[in-house]
Amino acid sequence: MNGIIEINNLHRRYGETVALRGISLRIKKGEMFGFVGPDGAGKTTTIRIMCGLLNPGEGTVRLFDEDILEKRNVIQKRIGYLSQKFSLYGDLTVDENIEFFAEIHNVTDYKRRRDELLEFTRLKPFRKRLAEKLSGGMKQKLALACSLIHKPEILFLDEPTTGVDPVSRRDFWKILADLIKEKITIVMATPYLDEAERCSRVAMFNNGEIITCDTPDNIKKSIGLMSLEIVCKPIKVAYELLSSEINNDIQLFGDRINVLVKSQGETDSILRILNSGNVEVVDRRLTEPSIENVFMNLIKHRKLNG
Amino acid sequence: MKGNGFATVIHFIIKEFQQLKRDPKMLAIVLAAPVLQTIILGYAATFDVNNVDFYLLDRDKSSVSRKYVEKIINSGYFTIKGNTENYEEIENAIMNGKAVIGLIIPREFEKDIENNNGTKVQIIVDGSDGNKGSIAFGYIQAITAAYAKTILLDKIERNGIRVPLKSVNAETRIWYNPELKTRVFMVPGITALLLMIVTTLLTSLAIVKEKEFGTLEQLIVTPIKPWQMLLGKILPFTTLGLIMILLVNSVMIFWFGIPIKGSLLFFFFASLLFILSTLGIGLFISTVSRTQQQAMMVTVFGAMMPMIYLSGFVFPIENMSRIIQYVTYIIPLKYFITIIRGVILKGIGIADLWQETLILALMGALILFLAAKRFHKRLE
Repeated sequence: MNGIIEINNLHRRYGETVALRGISLRIKKGEMFGFVGPDGAGKTTTIRIMCGLLNPGEGTVRLFDEDILEKRNVIQKRIGYLSQKFSLYGDLTVDENIEFFAEIHNVTDYKRRRDELLEFTRLKPFRKRLAEKLSGGMKQKLALACSLIHKPEILFLDEPTTGVDPVSRRDFWKILADLIKEKITIVMATPYLDEAERCSRVAMFNNGEIITCDTPDNIKKSIGLMSLEIVCKPIKVAYELLSSEINNDIQLFGDRINVLVKSQGETDSILRILNSGNVEVVDRRLTEPSIENVFMNLIKHRKLNG
Repeated sequence: MKGNGFATVIHFIIKEFQQLKRDPKMLAIVLAAPVLQTIILGYAATFDVNNVDFYLLDRDKSSVSRKYVEKIINSGYFTIKGNTENYEEIENAIMNGKAVIGLIIPREFEKDIENNNGTKVQIIVDGSDGNKGSIAFGYIQAITAAYAKTILLDKIERNGIRVPLKSVNAETRIWYNPELKTRVFMVPGITALLLMIVTTLLTSLAIVKEKEFGTLEQLIVTPIKPWQMLLGKILPFTTLGLIMILLVNSVMIFWFGIPIKGSLLFFFFASLLFILSTLGIGLFISTVSRTQQQAMMVTVFGAMMPMIYLSGFVFPIENMSRIIQYVTYIIPLKYFITIIRGVILKGIGIADLWQETLILALMGALILFLAAKRFHKRLE
């Protein structure tokens, strides 16, 4: 079976700047698919092309087995899009915003659906409030409600939780989890690597390319490394010592150091180095690497390999 | 589906009105400002020269010189601001703007006239305001010539020569604006100007506002089509424009007593065509600008200023240099002002104004087409 989204060798440039250098991707129905990577890696460009906001440079983009260039209007009836910026009418109320987006999608019988969505996003008490008077998290939920009013089959979210407080972020994720239960396909770009862990599959973007694409678990396993977490002091000395002695990925987090290691043997040698430098190791443990660890590691290797 | 297509336009229009309703102050400004401006400008925008201030230095102080000054004052155009003995005071008065004209009557004024020697009066005119100065100068020359004529006739009569003196006499009839009041000529132009300013400015902000707020991006992802959005933007502003025409022209008719002599239907039709061109310009600006501020600047300097200066509203086009005259051909306001001055003041209609009307219609269509095309590109 074909994926609900099929991207083949997609290129795109903005004038001289190359934004995408050949992306291929297949997303299946019902997936919660995450795009991660630094700013300017091509996540937003890819999403905007899939939504028909930008034309592809080279390559093909097909949604529901239709080409986005040929059937943009048909496709746009079946997708929802939530951009980075809060982009609703601030001078319309919550109700009016949803109503407007329902009507321009030709959804005439929207009242029940609207109530459902307001319930779902817990915006019901605020339905008469002007959108501009809502808090950041509520605005984002309203935008989500607007993009869901026509029951899209694919929902594109471009960094929806950027700048939203942690509580609202958690709420937002609960809503997304419910949507996935309804078999909606979600494609989401996020700068938060912890959010990537919640996706069924993740594509890591870097410099206009996808450097890896798999389930979070497989991605973590793919590099064949473990994360060694060491709590020690003085931490600064330890960090400098390790940076000069070994070639592994080292990250400093407050009172602990994270080192990616291959084997128990490496762990031992690291501890020996620390001992020789008069660093007191308080605690240590070996864990699965985080998505972040993997990401840093992959980027580093790509740089080394040219 | 055609039916559905228009339903979307209507929903879009409803949204536009909901937004207008949310900003009642803005709406009030949009509707009240032109009315107030018409009233104020109706009184302000006049080139009539009345009450020219002048300083007098009468060195003769004779009955003849007094009679001459009386003639000048009784003409109604001049107000005496100072009567001085000192030439320098006249210089100062003109320099300080206390007087536009300085009138110096020489010694022996009466005597020279009596003795048939001929005499001269000196008139100093402040030429810094060229228009006012030359008109005032014209008045004073006419008064002086008339006075000279009576003196001449007097003398002839006193000498008993009863020759009927006859020369050329111009019998003037002034049509359309018999009192030659500039207000009658200006107010229709002002209404056109205000209509242009408000409609262009509002529409120039219309699309760029959605761009700035990011709602445009959201709209592009929906199945709404560009023409539906454009219509959805144009129709509310056209309505607003028509309401403005009604208000502003009511002021003209009922406040200033300048009736529309020609066909009302044609008047509205021409106004509608004109609004289409200003809306087109506004929309076009809106599609090329990135921010509301940009759109505002482009509207003011790129559209409004040239329209005001090159439409014949302020400066007669015939007096402009040839190249500038060619430029005026692309100014829609020029045609509209010709049309409404014709309809309002002369009562002429489409039979005489079909050319201007046609050009206005074509311009409106062209600009709207360009705006739509440009807008279409933006969607890609």
